Order: sequence, then C-alpha cells, then structure tokens
Amino acid sequence: MMQWNSVGEFFAMGGYAFYVWGSFGACALAMLVESLLLRQQRAELLRSLKDQHEA
Amino acid sequence: MMDKQSASPWMRYASPATFYPLAGTLQPWFAGLAALLTLAGLWIGFFVAPTDATQGEGYRIIFVHVPASWMSMVIYCAMAFWAGIGLAFNTRLSSMMASALAPTGAMFALLSLVTGSLWGKPMWGTWWVWDARLTSELILFFLYLGFLALQAAIEDPKRADRAGAVLALVGVVNVPIIYFSVKWWNTLHQGATISMTKSPSMAMTMLWGMLLMALAFWMYSIAVALARVRNIILERERHADWVRQTLENA
Amino acid sequence: MNTILVALRRDLLLAARRRSEVVTALFFFVVVVSLFPLGIGPEPAMLRRIGPGVLWVAALLATLLGLPRLFASDHADGTLEQMALSPRPFALLVAGKIAAHWLLCGLPLVLLAPLLGLQFNLNPGELQVLMLALLLGTPVLSLIGAIGAALTLGVRGGGTLLALLVLPLYVPTLIFGAGAVEAQSAGLGSSAQLSILGALLALAVFFAPWATTAALRISIE
Repeated sequence: MMQWNSVGEFFAMGGYAFYVWGSFGACALAMLVESLLLRQQRAELLRSLKDQHEA
Repeated sequence: MMDKQSASPWMRYASPATFYPLAGTLQPWFAGLAALLTLAGLWIGFFVAPTDATQGEGYRIIFVHVPASWMSMVIYCAMAFWAGIGLAFNTRLSSMMASALAPTGAMFALLSLVTGSLWGKPMWGTWWVWDARLTSELILFFLYLGFLALQAAIEDPKRADRAGAVLALVGVVNVPIIYFSVKWWNTLHQGATISMTKSPSMAMTMLWGMLLMALAFWMYSIAVALARVRNIILERERHADWVRQTLENA
Repeated sequence: MNTILVALRRDLLLAARRRSEVVTALFFFVVVVSLFPLGIGPEPAMLRRIGPGVLWVAALLATLLGLPRLFASDHADGTLEQMALSPRPFALLVAGKIAAHWLLCGLPLVLLAPLLGLQFNLNPGELQVLMLALLLGTPVLSLIGAIGAALTLGVRGGGTLLALLVLPLYVPTLIFGAGAVEAQSAGLGSSAQLSILGALLALAVFFAPWATTAALRISIE
C-alpha cells in the first residue's frame, strides 16, 4: 500500500516533484482563487445593494 | 410567462426568487461532498495507486489532468444545455445557470492544458505536444473564451443570454466535428503514438483515483455554480422586492 | 429560391458601388501570403511544405475581414429590420446575403489562390486540388462566419470578437482544406478530404442560415 519509505520520498515524487506538485498546486490554487473571488463578488454585491436600498 | 400554479411543483424553482434560497441551502452540501471526495481521491492517488512502470511517479498528474479535461467537457455540455433551455422556454434562470457555469468550465480547460503541459515536459521533453487531446482542449478553451467575451461585450442581459445560447449551441454541435478533425490531423502528421491518454495498462486503483477526483471536481463545480448563480441573481434582480426582503432578513 | 436571388442581387449591386472594399480584402490576402516567406525564409522545399497551410490561413483571415460588413450597413439604415418583418422568409433573405458575401469575398480567393500557390512552388496537381478545396471550403467560411457576424452585430469591438468566436469553428475546414493539398503532395489522393469538405459544406448550408437568422433576430430586437 504505502510505497513511500519516508516523507522526503513522498515530496520528491521520484524526481518529478516540480511537475506533480506543480500540477496539484495549480489546481488547488485555481479553485481557491475562484472561491475567494466569488466570495468577494458576493460581498461587493451585498454592499452595493445595501447602499441602493438605503438611498 | 409560464403559469406557475398549473405546472409541476418543481416549476416554482424556475423562478430566481425561489431558487436563490434553495441554491444557498444546497451549496455547502456540495462543497462538503467535494472536500470528502477530494480527500478520498488524493488518498488513492498518492497512497494506494502504485508507481507506474514506465512513467514513475510523474504519471500521478493524471489524477488532476484527466478529471479537469472531463469536467471542461461536461460543463460545456451542461452550459449549452441550460442556455438552450433558456432560449427555448424564455426562462431567465436557465440562462443565468449557463453564465454561472462558463467561468468554471474555462478554468478547468486551462488547468487541463497546464497540467497536460507539466505532464508532457518530463515525459516527452517539450512543454507542449500537439497531440489530439491537448489540441482539442485548446480549441475548447477558445470556445469558452468566445462565450465569456460575447456575454461580457453585450450590455443588455436578455440579448447576452440569448446570443450566448446560440453560440453555445453552435459550439456544442461543432465540438465533435472539431475533435474528429483534430484527431485525423494528428494521426496524419505524427503517425506516432504519442498520446497523453495511452497508459499501457491502467491499474484498477489508478482508475478509481481518477474517478474519485473527477467526482470531486464535479461536486466542486456544482457548488461554485450555485454560488455564482446566486450572485448573478442578486445582480440581475436587484430591484425586486424579494431581494430587499432577503437583505432585511439577513 | 426567388427570395434568395432577390437578396443576392441586391447585395451584389450594393457591392458594385463599393468596389474598393471587395478589392481591399483581396489585397489583404495577397499581402498576408507574402508575409510568410518574408518571416520564415524563401527556401523552396520549405515553402512547398507550408504553402497549403499558409494559403488557407490567409483565406480564413481575409474572409474574416469582410464579415462585419455583412449585416452592419443594412442594420444601420434599418433595412435589416424591414427584412425581418417582410413576408418573405427571413432565413432565405439571409441565405441570399451570405451567397453574395461568398461571391464577393470567397470566390475571388478561389481564383487568386493558384497564382499565389505558384509562389510556393506548388505543382499543377496541387494547385488544382487547392482550388477545389477552397471552392468547397470558402462557402463554409462564409456560412459559419455569418453566424458570428449576426451575433456580434452592433457590439463594441465587434470585429475582433467576431474573429475570436469564429476561428475555432473554422478549424475543421482548415484541417481538411490544407490536408487535401498535402495529401495530393504526398501522392495519396485527396478524395477523402474533399469528400469531408463537401459534407461540411452540406451541413453548413443546412444549419448556418437558420442559426444566423436566429442570431439576427436576437441582435435586432
């Protein structure tokens, strides 16, 4: 099952570390950014709607 | 306008006002599912799936590359479907759903290209390979960009919805033709068998890992689409009474 | 059929008064084609290899140039709305306009291409296939392009947006069009590619006018 003999081996990914972690990292980053942008967009909308209704 | 009373009870969710709270309730569930499936998929991908004979540990990129490709395709079809429904039945919410899906689909298409590139460099020595799948993915990315650009350029929301729908429907019909022509082009010019999907023999665990990650990405896409469509609803319906009510209750 | 001819004749007459626009697109084609050897180098064997692709890409770009005008002037003076409201089927009027566009923008490319093909050292057999492929392919470009022109009618940055929308859809025509000539060069015979181009043309003729009309109605209401 566990073919990694050490944590170091796991992070090294048999020499492919840059490519493997780069790929997973890119996906994680993209999804994180997308979620944050949506949250920010919602906050701005709520603020603008509040201003509109108070006016 | 559709008579909501006489139609099926589900039809009431065709109105943005009733769908908004429903989407809000559902969204965290899909987000949670996405998180769980991601953990399961990553576990299988890193700790259960064995090292590949030819590609070593580098092949593990397929656990994000292939799901991203699949999702970019699935989302395009879903987007075209909802846009078509919106065009045919004049339902605003369907069109909003299509617009909500597009950015995520484009993101997955781009991720597919990026991860494909990162996979290709150590395997075939170049940052880009003009193989059939990657090239088709690139064109799909362009189709997404076209949809997003068209909707951004048209100010009237109703026209933007309907123009986008025509474009998405034309696109979805063309995707198989484009794929077929790129595949033909690729075999003609390379003859070789450089293909990013041809792994000699996929261990069951590898397939499981890909499947779980694909499902994870799918749940994520739904969660994000629900969140985005809520934003779109707020923006488009800002002058409606129910919006004021909702804000006051919040 | 009569309706198509009515629209066709009208557009041809209008274009006759603005000949310079038509000719400009042709000059563009010639200039673009000449840029490639300037950029890549004049080595004959290499030119032979890239010739079909270059000519096809230039044809795509030259077609794109003429597309924004397809509906713009009629839209500006209200004729387009008249057409939409007229008792004649709008789709047929649109088909006539697209046919006029091809006669003015596509057919000249078909006729000019063999001349330019000589600059790339293509032999007569290849030039013949090139002409035939362009003859089948340029109408597809006009038909698909019309959908884009209709969608972007009156939109800011229309021409560039049109290119972004339409170029991905042009890819199959490009692949099989250039592929036909390459097959001829390789001595393999181009009938497969030409048949596929024919099929693409048939599909485009059936679906594009209809999609274009739908897009026009969306744009003008």
